[in-house]
Amino acid sequence: MELFGDPAVWLPWTFAALMGLSILIYVVLDGFDLGVGILMPLAEDAEKDRLVASIGPFWDANETWLVLAIGLLLVAFPPAHGLILTSLYLPVFVMLIGLILRGVSFELRAKAPLKQKRIWNSAFFTGSLMASLSQGFMLGMYVMGLTWTWPHVAFSLLTAVFLTVGYSFIGAVWLIWKTEDCLQTRAIKWAKGGIWGLILGIGAVSLATPFVSSRIFDKWFGFPQLLYLSPLPIISALLVGFLWWKLARLPLYNDRWSWTPFAAATALFTLAFFGMAYSFYPYVVPEQITIYEAASAPESLFIILLGTLFVLPAILGYTVLSYYIFRGKATDLRYD
Amino acid sequence: MDTLLLSRIQFGANISFHILFPTITIALGWVLLFFKLRFNATGERKWMDAYLFWVKIFALSFAMGVVSGITMSFQFGTNWPGFMETVGNVAGPLLAYEIMTAFFLEAVFLGIMLFGASRVKSWVHTLATFLVAFGTTMSTFWIIVLNSWMHTPQGYELRDGVVFATNWLEIIFNPSMPYRFVHMMLASGLTVAFLIAGISALRLLWGDRCEAVKSALRVGIITGATLIPLQILAGDFHGLNTLEHQPAKVAAMEGNWETGPNIPLVLFAIPDQEARENRFEIAIPNGASLILTHKMDGVVPGLNDFISEDGEVLHPRVAPVFFSFRIMVATGMAMLVLSWAGLYLLRRYGAGDMPKLPLIAFCAMSFSGWIATLAGWYTTEIGRQPWLVQGVLSTKDAVSDVPAGMVLSTLIGYLVVYAILILAYIGVITYLARKAAKGEPLSMRTYPRSGEAEVVALQPGE
Ligand code: HDD
Ligand code: HEM
Ligand code: HEM
Repeated sequence: MELFGDPAVWLPWTFAALMGLSILIYVVLDGFDLGVGILMPLAEDAEKDRLVASIGPFWDANETWLVLAIGLLLVAFPPAHGLILTSLYLPVFVMLIGLILRGVSFELRAKAPLKQKRIWNSAFFTGSLMASLSQGFMLGMYVMGLTWTWPHVAFSLLTAVFLTVGYSFIGAVWLIWKTEDCLQTRAIKWAKGGIWGLILGIGAVSLATPFVSSRIFDKWFGFPQLLYLSPLPIISALLVGFLWWKLARLPLYNDRWSWTPFAAATALFTLAFFGMAYSFYPYVVPEQITIYEAASAPESLFIILLGTLFVLPAILGYTVLSYYIFRGKATDLRYD
Repeated sequence: MDTLLLSRIQFGANISFHILFPTITIALGWVLLFFKLRFNATGERKWMDAYLFWVKIFALSFAMGVVSGITMSFQFGTNWPGFMETVGNVAGPLLAYEIMTAFFLEAVFLGIMLFGASRVKSWVHTLATFLVAFGTTMSTFWIIVLNSWMHTPQGYELRDGVVFATNWLEIIFNPSMPYRFVHMMLASGLTVAFLIAGISALRLLWGDRCEAVKSALRVGIITGATLIPLQILAGDFHGLNTLEHQPAKVAAMEGNWETGPNIPLVLFAIPDQEARENRFEIAIPNGASLILTHKMDGVVPGLNDFISEDGEVLHPRVAPVFFSFRIMVATGMAMLVLSWAGLYLLRRYGAGDMPKLPLIAFCAMSFSGWIATLAGWYTTEIGRQPWLVQGVLSTKDAVSDVPAGMVLSTLIGYLVVYAILILAYIGVITYLARKAAKGEPLSMRTYPRSGEAEVVALQPGE
């Protein structure tokens, strides 16, 4: 344990990093699931099954990253966990109901009598929408320091809309990758319509964060940090430009490059995430509790870390296996 | 009503809803593996048909279990922040191990198990089925370890009121864990056995005489008849263990007020906590002493021992514990009678010509496992009150300070959603049974036991 210096320092750091990693993976993976759900009403009836099929084998595992993220918050930073979740009590409730509706209608739309299919389709959409909106709202509240004042709520409502459009964008680029023909053409159209959500969302959060706290302001705009942080916005701008350019040209002959918008969107989410992580470190509850103050006992963290070192590579391995098995264009879901 | 009571009701509602579905998936995963292995071994079509019918119910139950489980993992933070702050050093690692060793395993291989049959080799599919079943069992193990530790904590020390782990082996193998784990696994097996028997009986009543239904009925009855004696035995051991560690709970279960020898077994009564006595009591003399100590004059603890000097009640509310325990035991007895009668009828008539009456009885008992499981958990959990972690943390010290109105509104929200979903769930299972009974083919594919097969379009998403 002494190998890396004081365990009361590097263990909380490691766990914050792990938690960040699972939030990021969650946002990208369940982001496209939820996005596909939000796009559902735009699709023709015949296409809806294909939409669902494109996420069918994955959504459950994608959602598990949320369980891991919240689990790590719970196990590694218990006081922060209590504080964050009690102050976000209502949005968390909305998100949970949304995730419940989304998850069950997934099954029920296919198994209930045909007459009810429309009801479950709309529950699928409503659930995805509720989950995305509330996650966006929580993001906004978190950035604003978890205080319920009118300006903060207004800002959070804005981020709720932006994140939802952003999710529908990453859902659309996922569909560009996983579908073909007519549906793919529509997905390209949806993606063009949704890219602004991503840009405004990232923009709003990036602009707001430094102005909420002078500490973060100095972190960004002090010298020389400004210099070595500048690649972040520049690469983001390049990625947005690339997406714009690519979406105007797709689909190409032989379906070439259809995966690139998804890759670019993932890269964008990642950059935005690192920006946020940089702003908030070392706080886990903005401006109130640092990861070092909130951390559990080193003994307990060490026990978890030990397991993580063995299990996480295995999880990543068989996740890749599953994406490999279900590679290529989505086909109808069948149990046989 | 205050935040504490509402939060307790909300937690109880959420976990009750959650437990319904894992109870089915834990054992159904193994049953599906069994169907699949039978098919691999014999090549008989009926096993594949049984697999294809029950895998749908598995997928549906699994989805319900996952979404309600996600609700559970947020509950700690939103309603019980004191729980993790006090015992987080023990509970945290256990929950983390559950997520990492079990949830991901299930969730990833579920995709392959459900939708991968035509994409991977047959043995890979069988392996995925095994890993899903194994994953659900691992989930059960870790969560039961945590729950048992909350009942019989050990292997920790208190520093400034916070629990620190000192011995992980003692924590994991705490005294009540083996009993609870075995009892829960058997409960899951029984729930599934009676569900399979019940739905198969329903299809027989609707005139479906296909081989898959008959085999499933046989599997259901034989499994139920095998497991129920084991469950009663396990329950007895579990009770003895509880007597040792949580005597107040046993006193409430037995409805016994005064400590003493030669305590009767109360079959029915209405416990009156104000008057501290039972009304309308029907009892078997010396019964409780005999069951709990295996001696006629064994001493059984009484509730009056758990009143503090200044009159504070330190035992759980008696009536809920008393009644839910009786509901569980009565359901268990009904299961014993029906499954053994079913066994006899199977020998006598065979599955296809079983008389109507027992078939109706099996239908009626389809969801009896749920009732017994819930009743069992109510006994256990309410019986632990006023403690959340026995002797370490009381329930009222863990509750959050969100306003009562907020908890009430979310509670109503959950209850409405849960009520609708339960109806939809049972409705869809019956609908699937009806569709199958009408003889709609489950699949057009011909199943080779290994290798590739041609693909024929079927209902998408099914
Ligand atoms: C199909 C389900 C089922 C059936 C038929 C039974 N049980 Fe049970 N019982 C459970 C399902 C269950 C459970 C849900 O699994 C519990 C709750 C906590 C636990 O570990 O098991 C439980 C708890 C539980 C407890 C409380 C343990 C504690 O104090 O924490 C006792 C004493 C028994 N059982 C005893 C019995 C007896 C004597 C039965 C005889 C018929 C019986 N159970 C049938
Ligand atoms: C194994 C994991 C479990 C854990 C960690 C757990 C934990 C808890 C916690 C934190 C409470 C406190 C809240 C309260 O007192 O109401 C509680 C109570 C309760 N739990 Fe559990 N529980 C588990 C399993 C279950 C299951 C499976 C059920 C039922 C199906 C259940 C039923 C209840 C009920 C009904 C209460 C309320 C008791 C009361 O109001 O007096 N629990 N449990
Ligand atoms: C406080 C208690 C509990 C919490 C926080 C909890 C949490 C969860 C979560 C988050 C999931 C979804 C996993 C996924 O994404 O795949 C889940 C599923 C599951 N849980 Fe629970 N759970 C609790 C109690 C229980 C109990 C008491 C049991 C059984 C005895 C149980 C058994 C399972 C199983 C087998 C699954 C996977 C299968 C399924 O989803 O149907 N859980 N749980």
